[in-house]
Amino acid sequence: MSQGLTWTVYDANTMSQAEIYGQVLCDLGEQNDKIVGLSADLANSTKIGKFGEQFPDRFFNVGIAEQNLFGVAAGLAKSGLTPFVSTMAVFASMRAAEQIRTDISYQNLDCKIIATHGGISFGAAGTTHHCTEDIAIMRSFANMTVIVPADGLEMANAVKACVDHPGPVYIRIGRGFEPTYYEKEDYGFEIGKAVNICDGTDLTIICCGVCVLQAAEAARYLKENDDLSVRVINIHTLKPLDEEAILKAVTDTRRIVTVEEHNIHGGLGSAVADVIAKSGKGCAFHKIGIPDCFCEVGYPEDLYSHYKLDADGIISVVRDVMGKDFEDDDDWEDEV
Amino acid sequence: MAITDKEIQELTRHAKRIRKDIIDITGWAGGAHIGGGLSMTEILVILYYKYLNIDPKNPDWKDRDRMILSKGHGGVGYAPILARKGYFDFDLLKEFNRFKSPFGMHLDSNKVKGVDVSTGSLGHGLPIAVGLALGARLQKKSWLTYTILGDGECNEGSIWEAAMAAAHFKLTNMITIVDRNQLMIDGTTESVMGLEPFADKWKAFGWIVKSADGHDYNSLSEAIEYAQKEDAAPVVIIADTIKGKGVDFMENEVKWHYGGLDTDLMEKAKTSVDK
Repeated sequence: MSQGLTWTVYDANTMSQAEIYGQVLCDLGEQNDKIVGLSADLANSTKIGKFGEQFPDRFFNVGIAEQNLFGVAAGLAKSGLTPFVSTMAVFASMRAAEQIRTDISYQNLDCKIIATHGGISFGAAGTTHHCTEDIAIMRSFANMTVIVPADGLEMANAVKACVDHPGPVYIRIGRGFEPTYYEKEDYGFEIGKAVNICDGTDLTIICCGVCVLQAAEAARYLKENDDLSVRVINIHTLKPLDEEAILKAVTDTRRIVTVEEHNIHGGLGSAVADVIAKSGKGCAFHKIGIPDCFCEVGYPEDLYSHYKLDADGIISVVRDVMGKDFEDDDDWEDEV
Repeated sequence: MAITDKEIQELTRHAKRIRKDIIDITGWAGGAHIGGGLSMTEILVILYYKYLNIDPKNPDWKDRDRMILSKGHGGVGYAPILARKGYFDFDLLKEFNRFKSPFGMHLDSNKVKGVDVSTGSLGHGLPIAVGLALGARLQKKSWLTYTILGDGECNEGSIWEAAMAAAHFKLTNMITIVDRNQLMIDGTTESVMGLEPFADKWKAFGWIVKSADGHDYNSLSEAIEYAQKEDAAPVVIIADTIKGKGVDFMENEVKWHYGGLDTDLMEKAKTSVDK
């Protein structure tokens, strides 16, 4: 992992995820002259423009042309460089899906994609700028690593870690303005390794991205008010998935709720469900996400509330799941 | 450094052999994109036997010229040249298209030595060429990036996104050749989705256009050497070719975009190549 970065915890609390990304990338650029940056007329929105200002020769703005953006990135990677490509998640994952799949993933190139405005973080912009499908898409590309950081500090950790992580990496962040969860950077971030936010024995909330802070708040509230012991696991890396942490949660708590800013099909909830199904262990299971619809328009906090992605919503779902009396079922102890 | 008559004789001999190889592979494989494989034979032969700065014994040599077959379905025409240049054993091509063969119709850069970029989905090669050319310039490398486009694939918007970018970034360390064989799967390029005025389109995007006879080594040589020296703007060579070239019953026949050959047809095709 790279050393000597100039951002601080104070920055993490005052800068958006994207701003921290811009700063971290500049720091990495100082240390590694193979890093180049690319964007498609979103240098400012995605904050990769900061890298462009510091290293104008190593930054390429290809205009509003996302297919070309990722093709050019593949060529730069083939020439021996390490491209960081930033555009909005919706354009990266869908407008340029085939370039990312065929040019980058298929050839297993060292290309790092930082997709901003993920999920419903650009809520007021409407469906054209929402992105609740990208995790499903990126997870299905062989060779691709998929990361959804919880906040700016985790974003910084993920960006630093991905430089030395071989092959393509897709990091999905919000628009910025998201509140932070972590208070320090050295909590042991490792690609592919889940982070235990808090321990519990009654139920486990498995979450990623901005939902981590909300889940942590929900767990705290439920402990104080409902006397529930809720475990929270931050699965920042959707692929490769930390199956061990999921299986342990299933065994220990037998009740799982997943929370993600994504369509309930194909994202974190689906990935967790795969692990549970494969294990043969019975468990109560509920996915919170966008319920297979195009999201309403609105400010993110209103949308998070509407889709039960905030602490209040998570609390209500946890209470429902705790209310299930399936443990009285005759076959509860049956295991493969 | 104009091409000599002796060189042309040599290249002609190579092209004949490659065309017979293409016929053999098509027969072994049970089917291949033979029409477009045959239309670009002279283009590939002159690049691989005269112009590309490569070392087949050291396929990953960092300072080699790069070659992108953007019309990736031409794999049947590309693989035999790589074999004849010594990147791998020619006999491996008997497994073309077979279970677990490294050779599918569209060649995989991670499986086939000498292939710089995996292609097959049309419209992808030119953006990658732009990235390679930018990467070479940034790292102060003198190697060139050659790209062969199909004319039909120039329907793809990504080709024109890359064309805009190559001119914008003033990339003169890339040379692009269009195999203008006038045919695509559903008919002629002009009937399916008209490309003309094709040269004017490239010019409007800021490129310098050279026309060439894609089956004539003098013509190709002149155009390539012009492109190598040009430093004002990227150069595209529009090489007029005949789909199915060299096999009389395939020439300009749209149905030979993809096809199989039995033993009789293979013999007939080879006899035609020898004429």
